[in-house]
Amino acid sequence: MPRTPAAAKADDLLAPLTLVVGDEELRVGRAVSEVLAAARRDDPQADVRDLVAAEVLPGDLPQLLGPSLFAERRVLVLRAAQDLDKAVVADLVDYAADPPDAVSVVLCHAGGAKGKALLTTFKGARRVDAPKMTKVGERRDFLRAELRSTGRQVSESAVTVLLDAVGNDLRELCSAASQLLSDTEGPVDDEVVGRYYRGRADLSGFAVADKAVEGDLAGALELVRYGAATGLAPVLVTSALAGSLRSIAQVASAGSGPAHAVASALGMPPWKVDKTRKQSRAWRPEGLSQALQAVAHADADVKGGAADQQYAVERALMAVVAARGAGR
Amino acid sequence: MSVWEDLVGQGRAVAQLGEAAADARAVLEGSTARGAMTHAWLFTGPPGSGRSLAARAFAAALQCLDLAGPAGCGHCEACHQVLVGTHPDVAQVVPEGLSLGVEEAREIITRASRRPLRGRWQVTLIEDADRMTEQANNAVLKTVEEPPEHSVLLICAPSSEDLLPTIRSRCRLVGLVTPSGAEVAEVLVRRDGVDPAMAAFAARASQGHVGRARRLATDEEARRERRDVLALPRSLGTVATALAAAKDLVDAAKEESDRRTGARDAVERSSLETALGAGATGKGVTGSVRGGAGALKELEKRQRSRGTRTSRDALDRALVDLAAFYRDVLVVQLGTASDLVHGDLGEQAAVIARATTAEATLRRLDAVLACRAAVDANVAPLLAVEALALALRDA
Repeated sequence: MPRTPAAAKADDLLAPLTLVVGDEELRVGRAVSEVLAAARRDDPQADVRDLVAAEVLPGDLPQLLGPSLFAERRVLVLRAAQDLDKAVVADLVDYAADPPDAVSVVLCHAGGAKGKALLTTFKGARRVDAPKMTKVGERRDFLRAELRSTGRQVSESAVTVLLDAVGNDLRELCSAASQLLSDTEGPVDDEVVGRYYRGRADLSGFAVADKAVEGDLAGALELVRYGAATGLAPVLVTSALAGSLRSIAQVASAGSGPAHAVASALGMPPWKVDKTRKQSRAWRPEGLSQALQAVAHADADVKGGAADQQYAVERALMAVVAARGAGR
Repeated sequence: MSVWEDLVGQGRAVAQLGEAAADARAVLEGSTARGAMTHAWLFTGPPGSGRSLAARAFAAALQCLDLAGPAGCGHCEACHQVLVGTHPDVAQVVPEGLSLGVEEAREIITRASRRPLRGRWQVTLIEDADRMTEQANNAVLKTVEEPPEHSVLLICAPSSEDLLPTIRSRCRLVGLVTPSGAEVAEVLVRRDGVDPAMAAFAARASQGHVGRARRLATDEEARRERRDVLALPRSLGTVATALAAAKDLVDAAKEESDRRTGARDAVERSSLETALGAGATGKGVTGSVRGGAGALKELEKRQRSRGTRTSRDALDRALVDLAAFYRDVLVVQLGTASDLVHGDLGEQAAVIARATTAEATLRRLDAVLACRAAVDANVAPLLAVEALALALRDA
């Protein structure tokens, strides 16, 4: 009995038509290779064609999808399917209406507005979503699922440490996870992760500024040197320092009202008011004044005023930490 | 009225340029010239002294068609066209962004080497030439070194140091001076019909910047902005109020520049969109609009650069006013008999003068000047002004 698109199920890897929607390369690649692996399990001699949609001309399709002389399984992968020619889409519609046996087509669509009609045309087909992960939470979920895929116990803090250390690139996260799983045994906790991964990959100027206004000079210097090695621009550090000091001055002068009231008066999110309040306890106006002037000086230095930007930033950090105790 | 009339207190420069224009006629007629005319001129002088006005007047005098009287009659067709900017043989270059790049400079010199349509001179006027990049300087240098016949280059910059020495040495210098308060006030009364008392105030408060004096004399908004700026020295009580005052100052500068450029940005954008086919129907429109995205981005980039410069200029003017205020304080402290720049705030200056020492005032003046340099060096404006407010408070 021929399989119809309407009957396609998510777990039927060899459905006549699979739509992979999204532009997260790693996940698109995985979805495609799942189909290919299933096809090869079914028939080790499977004939696989991987083409860029824009290169497929009208009339090519019947030839690509026609029954094979030796009756082996066929898989056709069309990349960037949003660029498909209209006539080719018409061929595809004909194909989907009456798919021959042992043929699978995978359409990779970037997920944008372009060629959206394609998705509605093949609404009933098997669909795999692979959008870019933009939120931290999504990456965290992805990484957790990745680590737990082999049934190992994984602590939440282990996920955090690994995310901090490896960064935001899914491919790197994924290979870090598989490396970790093959190198270790038993439950994965932060100690296990810490044995292999240390430091921070995506360091922001704010992390440095937080350390400095909290008086942790060693920590701030360590972070900023780490940042220098991983491409953190000095300008971002000075602007984050200025922002932190400015917030401290604002929060300190706003009085001790409830956080949400202060937050709405200053146009600051409440969590930031709480955090800044803690930081502001050690600061006096004179110290703030000294620190801000030092940061302004450093900002001019990193924008071409000094020969060594890194030195200018480190000097500003020292000045900020020194000013923290001043005026008491 | 002659074309020189708008130049306030620049007698020497006017005489020099008048002579050159007369000599230029002799060159065109083929009679003996006395060497007063040359192909490249550098107009220098402090902001507001009328560098570009002088250059434009000179351009008009070169193109003037009323051969009976002295060059630059101000009423012939050519003079009029130059003054309103429609003369075909006078190109004015006004750098609006943060810098004038080499591509623009190349366009300028290509144009400068054309033959004049009206048969007199091909004049190229570059305003604010200090914004030329080094590459642009070098591109212009070629034209200055080997000038095409009948081509005249007029370059305006605050100081001759702003250009490459190689250009500087090939230009004849026209030095404009800061006009005196009396001269500025006189021109405000005569030309703009401003009340003499207001004219005297505006002339002093603008420190010889003619355009600024006119704005102060005629625009209530400009006077209000100046008062807001000069309120800063009174807001230095605590660190928090000093920071708030700094924020107000920067916001005001930003607002002023938005007001000046915002409407223009919108008009430019919508006319470009229309040119690209937005709002039209028919075959190919979507393609054209989509393909025009690059042009729109380019426009936005230019507009951002212009906006940054306008708000930086506004901030710089505020800082100049502030420096003048502390200069007034110093005048009071040292008991010299000089006029106060901000005469209307004499009392406030006297209060600060009594409460502090001259040393502190000098430190404050230094802080204001350091802040100007910092803004110019691309330091975040808010941070620079915050540091200034705190330094003023500490001094």
